[in-house]
Amino acid sequence: MIIMSVPRFWRKQVARYNLVGTHCKKCDEYFYPPRNMCPACRREGEIEDYKFSGKGEVVTYTVIHAAAEGFENQTPYVLGIIKLEEGPSLTSQIICKPETVQMGMKVKPVFRKLGQDGEQGMIYYGTKFVPE
Amino acid sequence: MRDVAIIGVKNTKFGELWDRSFRDVVVEAGVGAVSDAGVVGDKIDAMFVGNMSGGQFVEQEHIGALIADYSGLAKDIHVPSTRVEAACASGGLALRQGIYSVASGMDDIVIAAGAEKMTDVPSAKASSALAAAADREWEGIMGATFPGLYAMIAKMHMHKYGTTSEQLAEVAVKNHFNGQHNPIAQYKSQITVESVLKSIMVADPLHIFDCSPITDGASAVVLAPADVAHEYTDTPIYIKATAQASDTIALHDRRDITTLDASVVAGRRAYEMAKMGPKDIQLVEVHDCFTIAEICAIEDLGFAKKGEGGIVTQNGETAIGGRIPVNTSGGLKSCGHPVGATGVKQAIEIVEQLRGEAGKRQVDGAEIGMTHNVGGSGATAVVHILSRNR
Repeated sequence: MIIMSVPRFWRKQVARYNLVGTHCKKCDEYFYPPRNMCPACRREGEIEDYKFSGKGEVVTYTVIHAAAEGFENQTPYVLGIIKLEEGPSLTSQIICKPETVQMGMKVKPVFRKLGQDGEQGMIYYGTKFVPE
Repeated sequence: MRDVAIIGVKNTKFGELWDRSFRDVVVEAGVGAVSDAGVVGDKIDAMFVGNMSGGQFVEQEHIGALIADYSGLAKDIHVPSTRVEAACASGGLALRQGIYSVASGMDDIVIAAGAEKMTDVPSAKASSALAAAADREWEGIMGATFPGLYAMIAKMHMHKYGTTSEQLAEVAVKNHFNGQHNPIAQYKSQITVESVLKSIMVADPLHIFDCSPITDGASAVVLAPADVAHEYTDTPIYIKATAQASDTIALHDRRDITTLDASVVAGRRAYEMAKMGPKDIQLVEVHDCFTIAEICAIEDLGFAKKGEGGIVTQNGETAIGGRIPVNTSGGLKSCGHPVGATGVKQAIEIVEQLRGEAGKRQVDGAEIGMTHNVGGSGATAVVHILSRNR
């Protein structure tokens, strides 16, 4: 786990828990992770919050054997890039047997624990994906 | 804008330098480059130092001043010294800033250096520090590692173009072969395709031998206006192009997972500036932080068609003596990858080649070479073209 301070995690909690990103009303582009400035319209953009359906498919993936700090007891774990049906792509873990993951596989979101800050510290939750 | 030349170079040994500190290695490289150029200290107008993460690796910021101080350039002559950061492209960017300052006419003699001291922290901490080159909030927090990001590029490349694990391994085998003849290289041992494929899996399909190591080291060059370069050396090497491009910080936001658009654009800008094309380049140092990265790089810079980087490597076209020798220094893979130093080291390899001083790594008759330095998973790319002829 890459430990984050409580406020740093908290301020994006809604986005992480509920897959809330943003949408530019002007050019109809969707953003997850959320962006406050539309990269196409820039200052002219009109940004609003948008809750994604969470339906998506696996663009590419890897099975991680040498874990990131804090993820050591999860190996091997599947990490993927998932393209949401509204357009944007994100990075997340895919919960499945490593040998079953495939490109193009349909997935849906689940609320899961990401990690925790030691035995006494904060527990971090977020969105992972499972095969649909 | 003035033409700029490299008049002096120096790399320290690359490796696990337990007995040397961060400041020790930078001073060695800086003093070495200045003495190679035959310049005296009070002629130096400015310094630029590429360093990715002194804060995380040695808990030291304010690198610019520290280096000026320990190089004897601070106390009496107060040489301005600036740290430059773009993750693993910090060194290439320091060189670029140095070129800017000489080309603009603001400065004449400038040191461009790069350094990283990575083994003063446990390797897990070093990996975590490197992960800061990706998007901490939306990649790192989900368990992404750097090998993991490049592994996802590799998976896609294999899926789309049929690239194989054997072809990836050939990159590592070639770079270790080249590295055995480089006196500064971290690893001089030879490896085979079989040993790469049998090495432990880090992030499928990348094995540990597909990955560049954690390394200490520093590199420095001295820059001067081309008009006066011959006063310092018989073989100045001229900067024909310096180019840089940015892309999205996170891999998931890229237009195409298997193409580093920043490399494509930086390459194109460099070719335009030098009025050259890929066919004019006789050797290239590319950013092989992972074997797949070299395959993408030779495609993105125009040395192989998209999707054919693996085949071109397997055919030996990128070996010394091949059509376009790639990473004669041993690359990041075998020479080592002190992240802040790498971009400067790449330029030094090209300088040694163009001077005809590369020993058993020498590419016969080399007159034009290129360097390609990448930050993160491709959010920054810096490309330089160097020539023996002005």
